[in-house]
Amino acid sequence: MTRIIQGFRAQGTAYLFLLPCLVILGALLSVPLYKVVEYSLYDNVIVERNPTFVGLQNYRDLLTDGAYWSASLNTILFTIGSVVGHIIVGTGLALLVNSDINRHAQTLFRSLLILPWIFTAVVVALNWQLLLNPFGVVNYALGQLGLIDEPLDWLGDPALAMWSLLVISTWRGYPFIMVSFLSGLQSIPQELYEAAEIDGAGFFAKFWHVTIPQLKPVIYGVALLDLIWTFQLFPLVWLTTGGGPGRATEVLSTMTFRFAFVDFEFSKAATAAVSILVISAAFTILYLRNETRKI
Amino acid sequence: MTNAQNTHTTVNEERQRLFRRVMVYVALTVVTLIMAFPIIWMVSVSLKPTVETFSLPPRLLPNSLYLDGYTRIFENPQFRRFLLNSYLLGIVVTILSLAIGTLAAFGFSRYRFFGDKAAKLFVITTQMVPSITLLIPFFGVIVWLRLYDTIWGLVLTYLTFALPYAVIMMNGYLDTIPRDFDEAATIDGCSPLGVLFRVLLPVAAPGLISTAVYTFLLSWNEFLFALALTRSVEMRTVPVGISMMVGEFGLKWDEMMAFSVIGSLPVLVLFMLVQRFVVSGLSAGGIKG
Repeated sequence: MTRIIQGFRAQGTAYLFLLPCLVILGALLSVPLYKVVEYSLYDNVIVERNPTFVGLQNYRDLLTDGAYWSASLNTILFTIGSVVGHIIVGTGLALLVNSDINRHAQTLFRSLLILPWIFTAVVVALNWQLLLNPFGVVNYALGQLGLIDEPLDWLGDPALAMWSLLVISTWRGYPFIMVSFLSGLQSIPQELYEAAEIDGAGFFAKFWHVTIPQLKPVIYGVALLDLIWTFQLFPLVWLTTGGGPGRATEVLSTMTFRFAFVDFEFSKAATAAVSILVISAAFTILYLRNETRKI
Repeated sequence: MTNAQNTHTTVNEERQRLFRRVMVYVALTVVTLIMAFPIIWMVSVSLKPTVETFSLPPRLLPNSLYLDGYTRIFENPQFRRFLLNSYLLGIVVTILSLAIGTLAAFGFSRYRFFGDKAAKLFVITTQMVPSITLLIPFFGVIVWLRLYDTIWGLVLTYLTFALPYAVIMMNGYLDTIPRDFDEAATIDGCSPLGVLFRVLLPVAAPGLISTAVYTFLLSWNEFLFALALTRSVEMRTVPVGISMMVGEFGLKWDEMMAFSVIGSLPVLVLFMLVQRFVVSGLSAGGIKG
């Protein structure tokens, strides 16, 4: 009996600890999420005092807009390209840093390789605009190596802009994967590698049969998280190319921002924002299903 | 005969191992130089007059010592204001997130109660909600609350990503502290709050500090909300300030890069100071944006 009462009291205390956090997060999320759906059902919200209810008209307009579909395609390209880039570079560097070298050297290289992640997106964008400028260092270096005949406008040429953006996004985002995989790699029991070596496994066999299976839970969760965040990424794209040239790198987030703060069409923006939310929610459910096994 | 052969193979293996290690060092040095080059180049351009920015062949060091970019930034009160705003915003957001987040993390880490899993899932899920989706209604709500173009509007919106991050990180750190600590303190007559503040937090101090640094970093680097929810020059943060320079000054690369360096230094220094504590805990929360 006393145990039950104590149990209730402990539960009450727990709720008190959580209350401020849950109330703030609840309010900061439920109000905007309710509002954004409401906005998407009205016309001329925010700019007009009495917007008119239009039902699903905004969705019909958006889904029949060619620009929306080309932005969706760009978003898919950008997201998949970035995540694949992050994983390839991040895994390679995690393996390299995790090699059997001096611990201090390991820490030094890891700290330096994390750097791209620390800078704000504006600085990243400016740095790369400098490097990729037609008169910049990248063109000079590629020219000296004989890889290109004349300087290319990496960010200004519609055929190249998305590829350049992917390089920048890969540079910016690989440290997250690298760091996550490094801690995953360090938790793999050394005995597994020793056992594999006794069985005569070489470098690639060990990688394929020990490292990958052991890292699998980490890879899946981290890749999904990266996917969710890259999918909605705004600052890097907006600041590097602004969605241009033309609409060559326009993604859903930059399009939404343009609707709202360039055209002042908040209803259109809300509709696009809801569409981003729905797709994010789908990936989030996948991520949570993976996470709940750990809780 | 067999003995001699054995020694031979060991020497060979030893040599191979040494060779492999040297190759790893070479590869790491080359890759690190490539990855760090954009940052090295930023510093280089900040130390050169703008006319030399694109001079060919590119030179890493200026012809003569040149610090005009930096002195002009420091003499301009506008840039000092951007820095001040970012510091103020970062400090307020960090204190609020850590205070509220640590309490919640303690609840999650030390209690089992009805709905605990659902509450934790909710906190994790908040990190996944796209900022751009929140921004549109936030704009309407913040204007309605008369918080548009104030630091408080930004504090409120920054909590949407800083608070869940602080909860998840602190929860992870508190989970690593054995329950025996709490039980011993409880027997000695400590209240739950006493357990948290007198027993757990001193042990979790590295975790608390690194969570604080990352929360500050998230706030310092945020761009979207800061851009859309402020209007006047006096309210701009460092990232928005730098982005405004591009339009305003056109091509003053020395100044832009000098301000980029100055604006990156606070988080860079903080990050380097704590990074040995965090790298493992980092992946748990991740960084949005």
